[in-house]
Amino acid sequence: MKLTGAEIITEVLIEQGVEHLFGYPGGAAINIYEALYHRQDKIHHYLTAHEQGATHAADGYARATGKTGVVLATSGPGATNTVTGIATAYLDSIPMVVITANVGTDLIGKDSFQEVFIAGITQPITKHNYAVRDITRLADTLRDAFRIANSGRCGPVLVDIPKDITAAMCEFSNVPCYERTASGKPEEKDLIKIAELIKKSKRPTICFGGGLISSGASEEFCSFIEKTGIPACHTIMGTGVVGFGDELDLGIIGMHGSMTANRAIDETDLLIAMGTRFSDRVALNLRDFAPHATIVHIDIDESEIRKNVSIDHAIVGDIKLTLEALLPLLDDTRYPEWLETIKKWRAEDETMYDGDFKGLRPSDIMELIGEKFGEKAIVATDVGQHQIWAAQFCKKTRPRGFLTSGGLGTMGFGYGAAIGAAIGCPNTTVFHITSDGSFHMNMNEACTAVSNNLPVITVILDNKVLGMVRQWQTSFYNKHYFATQPERKTDYIKVAEGFGARGYKAETRQEFEKALELAAAGEGPSWIVCPIDREERVLPMIPAGGTVRSAILE
Amino acid sequence: MDKKVIIALLVENNANVLSRVSMLFGRRGYNIDSLTVSETNDPSISRITISAGGDDRVIEQIILQTKKLVEVKAVQLQDENSAILRELLLVKISAEESQRAAIRDICEIYKASIVDYSSGSMVCELTGKPCKIDGFLDVVEKYGILELCRTGVTAIDRGSKTMECIDKTSHRA
Repeated sequence: MKLTGAEIITEVLIEQGVEHLFGYPGGAAINIYEALYHRQDKIHHYLTAHEQGATHAADGYARATGKTGVVLATSGPGATNTVTGIATAYLDSIPMVVITANVGTDLIGKDSFQEVFIAGITQPITKHNYAVRDITRLADTLRDAFRIANSGRCGPVLVDIPKDITAAMCEFSNVPCYERTASGKPEEKDLIKIAELIKKSKRPTICFGGGLISSGASEEFCSFIEKTGIPACHTIMGTGVVGFGDELDLGIIGMHGSMTANRAIDETDLLIAMGTRFSDRVALNLRDFAPHATIVHIDIDESEIRKNVSIDHAIVGDIKLTLEALLPLLDDTRYPEWLETIKKWRAEDETMYDGDFKGLRPSDIMELIGEKFGEKAIVATDVGQHQIWAAQFCKKTRPRGFLTSGGLGTMGFGYGAAIGAAIGCPNTTVFHITSDGSFHMNMNEACTAVSNNLPVITVILDNKVLGMVRQWQTSFYNKHYFATQPERKTDYIKVAEGFGARGYKAETRQEFEKALELAAAGEGPSWIVCPIDREERVLPMIPAGGTVRSAILE
Repeated sequence: MDKKVIIALLVENNANVLSRVSMLFGRRGYNIDSLTVSETNDPSISRITISAGGDDRVIEQIILQTKKLVEVKAVQLQDENSAILRELLLVKISAEESQRAAIRDICEIYKASIVDYSSGSMVCELTGKPCKIDGFLDVVEKYGILELCRTGVTAIDRGSKTMECIDKTSHRA
């Protein structure tokens, strides 16, 4: 059948299983919106306040569901507004397809109204991108975009489509929907080698990242550590796989990791890294990272092997397939002495969070959320101190239950991500943990949560300062507090009500419990503002380039 | 330790590929000494030859990161000993009457051809390995180089072995 380009776009989206679309219309995109108007039975379009919010929403949707998030934006500023969201998804390897409309082909290259070369702008922050110039290539280009976004190491793909292409006619027929299949089966000899190393080791340690979650290997992973008794730490992107407080859970590694995790890395004789890329926040000092260890790296992206850290043995492949194949090769060697040492370290860690602070503490907030909502809830964070506190103290999570901008560190990520997660996982309580700094970046998305009656509970850790930067000023810049104490007078309850949401304030544990109940019981989104002491710091902290020996503990 | 390498790529023949490859080098901080690109016998495929430098880890990263680009169909590190390397030089040399004979002699030794002759200058053309061109330039430098351009190195393996495109429709990363 003959369809317009806009209809082809819509039909390919339906064919590829897209049910939810996040976007914002505009002159160049209007044909696509016309086609969507006729297909509302199949695709629900969510209008956000800003294209950045749409991109974070698609990202949060993808993180929470594992499906590819889809964004639609118009040309020029519509397209450039997606850039931060695309980069966020790129750095965390999140599957996303971004469709941008552009001005008509005859206007391209002439600095026309609302024209930018978005394919050029996004080249270094997409897994791949396309500028469609020929209607006969449109359908297959979109299909390629879905395949590339959600195969191997996932990532965002942008497809830029000029307006005249959306109006042109072309023959169209459906093909089967692309389904992700695990690829990259490890070789037997590599597995045998790793099994030998595990058997020989006295102090083995695992470090895993978001790749484990992308590969859907959480279950296999838990069987793996259960069988071997090897303790595991994780990057912030790996949050949720291992139960907090499990005997084998070491917590987070790196700059704001637990001392236990960082000490384990420092003393381990065998480090097995899975789905992680040794970023500078994890391997702070490359020369002194895991100095006594043989390092094994399992990752689907060959270019991550030896990119940052020297590796002794690598497996390039899917973690799930690797663990499945590795499991039968292992005997029941255990490491009682090593676990005894770790137990001692953990006991020391637990005494560290006491301090003389007034009122509600970040740890209280996260613990109460965990107690009341358990593993079912999804937590989306913004970026800064609250983000690390959320990761440190949210004791109960699950894979795809903790959504955070780990690689790019995008302040303003959280609200959009929470909205996307709430749409992708209906009947799930979604928390948006934020702070006064991050929330001011993208709080405009409150209108999206209200319009769609999404039960997102925003918890604002309000210390009235840009806490993470201020903490650096405290520790490394002689307390020269500059541009971190904004003296804002925002009345969050009034603002929430102004948006049509509900607002609560909580200054004590009791008030917070009460506010949580009210927030969860009502309709639509709500905000709970929690004043916290601005002197609260994220601890421990290993300064950039440091080692576990340079950790700041108090 | 830093070393120089020659990397050959087979890529899709479209307008964005070159910028994508050079963007990759730019954003990851790899140094390109030279880059040549042209269509191949298959008009849908172009061949890019890059001369780059770095330590072993950087060279490995260049190859692996380049391989990940969707439009890159094959990547090969050229063995400088077994591959045929060629570069073309055009150089305009200041040449007074009295110096011309000497320059002609040098050209003869290097098998360079003189392609333009005018009052006060001459243009020489030389094809060869980059090191041969370096050597030629060293010798003629004293006469005064007015202008020069080098094409950058291009390379092909000896023997019947050829670079094969890989199918990326099921690519992993």
